[in-house]
Amino acid sequence: MTPLRVSVVAAAAALVLLFVIFELIRSRRLQERYAMLWLLTGIVMLVLGLWRGLLSSIADLVGIAYPPSALFVLAAFFILLLLLHYSTVISKLSDQNRILAQRLALLETRLGESHGDSDSR
Amino acid sequence: MSEPVSTIVPAAGGRVPAALRCLAVVPAYNEEATVASVIREIRSCNEDFDVLVVDDGSSDRTRERALAEGARVIRLPYNLGIGGAVQTGLQYASSHGFDVAVQVDGDAQHDPTEIPKILGPILEDRADLVVGSRFLGEGEYEPPLARLLGIKLLARIVSLLVRQRVTDTTSGFRAANRRAIALFAADYPHDYPEVEATVLVFRHRLRMLEVPVHMRLRGAGESSITFRWSAYYMVKVLLALFVGLFRRYPTPREEDK
Repeated sequence: MTPLRVSVVAAAAALVLLFVIFELIRSRRLQERYAMLWLLTGIVMLVLGLWRGLLSSIADLVGIAYPPSALFVLAAFFILLLLLHYSTVISKLSDQNRILAQRLALLETRLGESHGDSDSR
Repeated sequence: MSEPVSTIVPAAGGRVPAALRCLAVVPAYNEEATVASVIREIRSCNEDFDVLVVDDGSSDRTRERALAEGARVIRLPYNLGIGGAVQTGLQYASSHGFDVAVQVDGDAQHDPTEIPKILGPILEDRADLVVGSRFLGEGEYEPPLARLLGIKLLARIVSLLVRQRVTDTTSGFRAANRRAIALFAADYPHDYPEVEATVLVFRHRLRMLEVPVHMRLRGAGESSITFRWSAYYMVKVLLALFVGLFRRYPTPREEDK
């Protein structure tokens, strides 16, 4: 059985995480789109913290002797998932950033060229 | 080509529509098959409309087809999704002084001959946003069961939130007056925006009305909401609606009274 204290601490931490996520969305510093994975993480952590039997059976299933370790394994898994997710987001952003820079540079050039042709503005 | 001559001439005969500048915003993502006919249809039944196609980073010839029809075209540098595309169109409407903006999707599912219907309540100043609803008796729109359930659930939730009966929260066939244009130009939801936009309108104390319309089957292409994404979409929208409850919105300005 998972020691009670670990359960309480894990559940409390998960609740704090969920509240922080909520507050970030509310104040528009986090878009819903990017909050979903965080919310899933928080909810899984909360469920595992409260439902102690589940954590034990997961630990048994994968052969972890000390159930709280399973909690940390899972937490690490979700952190990896989040990092991977953000890598894809950054890739997309840098791609879009390149396109923007190119479009801007082309526009600027075209503007400069048309300036040379006629100075009537 | 299609300079709105009517806007230069003062409204002499008291015919209100002639004095209003109307813009049809056509978001289009890879709609080369249908966009030209959509533009033609809008023009043929609404002569004084300017048509603006927002090409949402298409990789086909959507832009060329629209330009060939003489429409105004904004080409986004990359795909922003329907929310970003529509907001771009509304920002254009706002900065170019249009009085009314009507959204007509580039996939031809909206019937331009019904534009006068969704325009009506705006011209009579009975609403700031008018939405063409597929579920008010007209037409025989029958979505797959799962989608129908999702649409009904969202309609129920939104109706509760705004304390007014709303039947179709996902319809993109909409008309907005200056107030709604200004609101959406400044603040428009991401991704699939219609549900949140509906609630936003009420939060800002604007008036919204639904009118019955029928929708056609899509001319070409798929729904932007595929089955794979619909669960994600539902969760995201519900989350946005929930969090939105806890946001504070500015009270309406003096001019709104």
